Amino acid sequence: MSAKNKFNQISTGWNFTISLLLIIISLFILLPMILVAIISVSSAESIALNGYTFFPSEYSLRAYENLLKTGTQIKNSYIITIFYTVVGTVMSLFVVSMFAFVLSQKRFPARKAMTYFAFFTMLFSGGLVPSYILNVRYLHINDTIWIFLLPGLVSAYHVIILRTFFQTSIPDSLFDVARIDGANDFTVYWRIVLPLSKAGLATIGLFNVVGRWNNWFTGMLYIENPKLIPLQTMLQKIQKNIEFIKMNADFADSAMGFEYLRSIPTESTRMAITIIATIPILFAYPFFQRYFIKGLTIGSVKG
Amino acid sequence: MQYIKRIWIKNIRPNFTLYLMALPAILALIVFAYVPMFGLIMAFQNLNIRKGIFASDFVGFSNFKFLFTTTDAWVITRNTVCYNVVFILLNMFFAVLLALLLNEMRGKKLAKVLQTVFIMPHFLSMAVVSIIVFSILSPTNGLLNVILDSLGYPKHSWYMEPKYWPFILVIVNAWKNVGYSAVVYLASITSIPMEHYEAAIIDGANRRQQAWYITFPHLKVMMSIMLILSVGGIFRGDFGLFYTVPQNTGTLFPVTDVIDTYIYRSLMTLNNVGMATAAGLYQSVVGFVLVMITNKIIEKVSPDNAMF
Repeated sequence: MSAKNKFNQISTGWNFTISLLLIIISLFILLPMILVAIISVSSAESIALNGYTFFPSEYSLRAYENLLKTGTQIKNSYIITIFYTVVGTVMSLFVVSMFAFVLSQKRFPARKAMTYFAFFTMLFSGGLVPSYILNVRYLHINDTIWIFLLPGLVSAYHVIILRTFFQTSIPDSLFDVARIDGANDFTVYWRIVLPLSKAGLATIGLFNVVGRWNNWFTGMLYIENPKLIPLQTMLQKIQKNIEFIKMNADFADSAMGFEYLRSIPTESTRMAITIIATIPILFAYPFFQRYFIKGLTIGSVKG
Repeated sequence: MQYIKRIWIKNIRPNFTLYLMALPAILALIVFAYVPMFGLIMAFQNLNIRKGIFASDFVGFSNFKFLFTTTDAWVITRNTVCYNVVFILLNMFFAVLLALLLNEMRGKKLAKVLQTVFIMPHFLSMAVVSIIVFSILSPTNGLLNVILDSLGYPKHSWYMEPKYWPFILVIVNAWKNVGYSAVVYLASITSIPMEHYEAAIIDGANRRQQAWYITFPHLKVMMSIMLILSVGGIFRGDFGLFYTVPQNTGTLFPVTDVIDTYIYRSLMTLNNVGMATAAGLYQSVVGFVLVMITNKIIEKVSPDNAMF
């Protein structure tokens, strides 16, 4: 925060007003999330009677108990989501940081060409359909773990951010010293640049983790196998199925529809799943806030 | 032959390790970014699954004709562009305002806490956001209907009434994104050198004048970068927002359908690959042209702010 001296502050009156206004705004932001949390601990009776409210007539941990007992799908989704988030992030960090290192080396002849090669992908893309056809018909990575790991491996945006980071934070003299001692480029990257770049790597790592954890689209588009369904996709599917039933009254009345309805989690259970799917990220975030912000500002420096 | 040898000795061999290190990324980009670009050729084909891309017939622009002669094309384009314009302008206005206000606050600890809260919605997936919206708009139990009911007003079936959805979507989008942008702007404010403020104080400027003459112009750099990036995406709808939050309800399509959701349905439900690709090509080309134009304009107006 810019440190203004005490004589240059706004008046107490204005400060109070502004602070109050911002606090009210932050409440508006928090309340919807709090509502979901409260619904998840509201008893089914309270919901049937009063609907969703901040003050349920009766609390109950039933929803969470249910999840623990019968939530095989949730456990699977949790496992697969954690797996591909971690593995995908590590893979991507490795490939991207190596590439960014290469691009930061002034003596690399293909430097300009490769930078533009990467940058162009930020301006133009083939869109959904060609990628879908490629992944399904030609690469056959749909319904496998690879669909989560390969297509998102390199993000030009991340490359540029890391390259800028390497260029500005690591003095050239370090490279010269290392080369005189006979280190090859990979050793320089691995032993010198990486350890010094913890902040930059943390930032890009964070972008990766958040993006992958919250990704529901890839799973929805490509996955049928229940063992591979990510958390957020599972959430989305549950919502979709419920809407489907509501729209199709005949189906709901039929025997099959009735069975289907019974297998769908109750309202409070859905909210409980939502909470469980989000808590890890929400809790981790405040700790990494400063890395995140730093990364954003570095990225916006003209590349 | 001599030429190739020369390139090998002068260019590649001394930097062999570097080339090797760049290889995985280049391969990934070729396969997953550039190959699909060539796949856009399908927009001009009548794709036959068995013949594959390389043997299917070319049908010229008929996929595009099909796309543009339906009234759908107008509706989805209008929706996509209008929502994006509102999103960009509204979000930028409130984000800058919030950033300036946060910067003026005297309680720095409180400001930090507020920042954390503002940026939280950004970390929720759209699946979660759609459930949050559902908990408010659900026709049976939703908070909004519960409140309306207790005040004596009739309950609404929100998911069935198109006219409210432009507002709903704008609010949800702002809820999710304004805080994030505000924090980004705030971070760029903190990088303004103190000397500028000191000079202004010597000249007798009060806080409001400082904000207007120093803080805001510096913010303009960040704002123009954000603007360029946003304009390039003006033909792209946030698929998560427009698909999950309205729960893909058909009745709402006239106001919630955007190009991306249309493409998705064309591909998955109607299996009309040619038209879906054509729509995607249309999006990418227009977006690219817009970024170039916006960049040129900013180049002319204030050269330092341009991206390239």
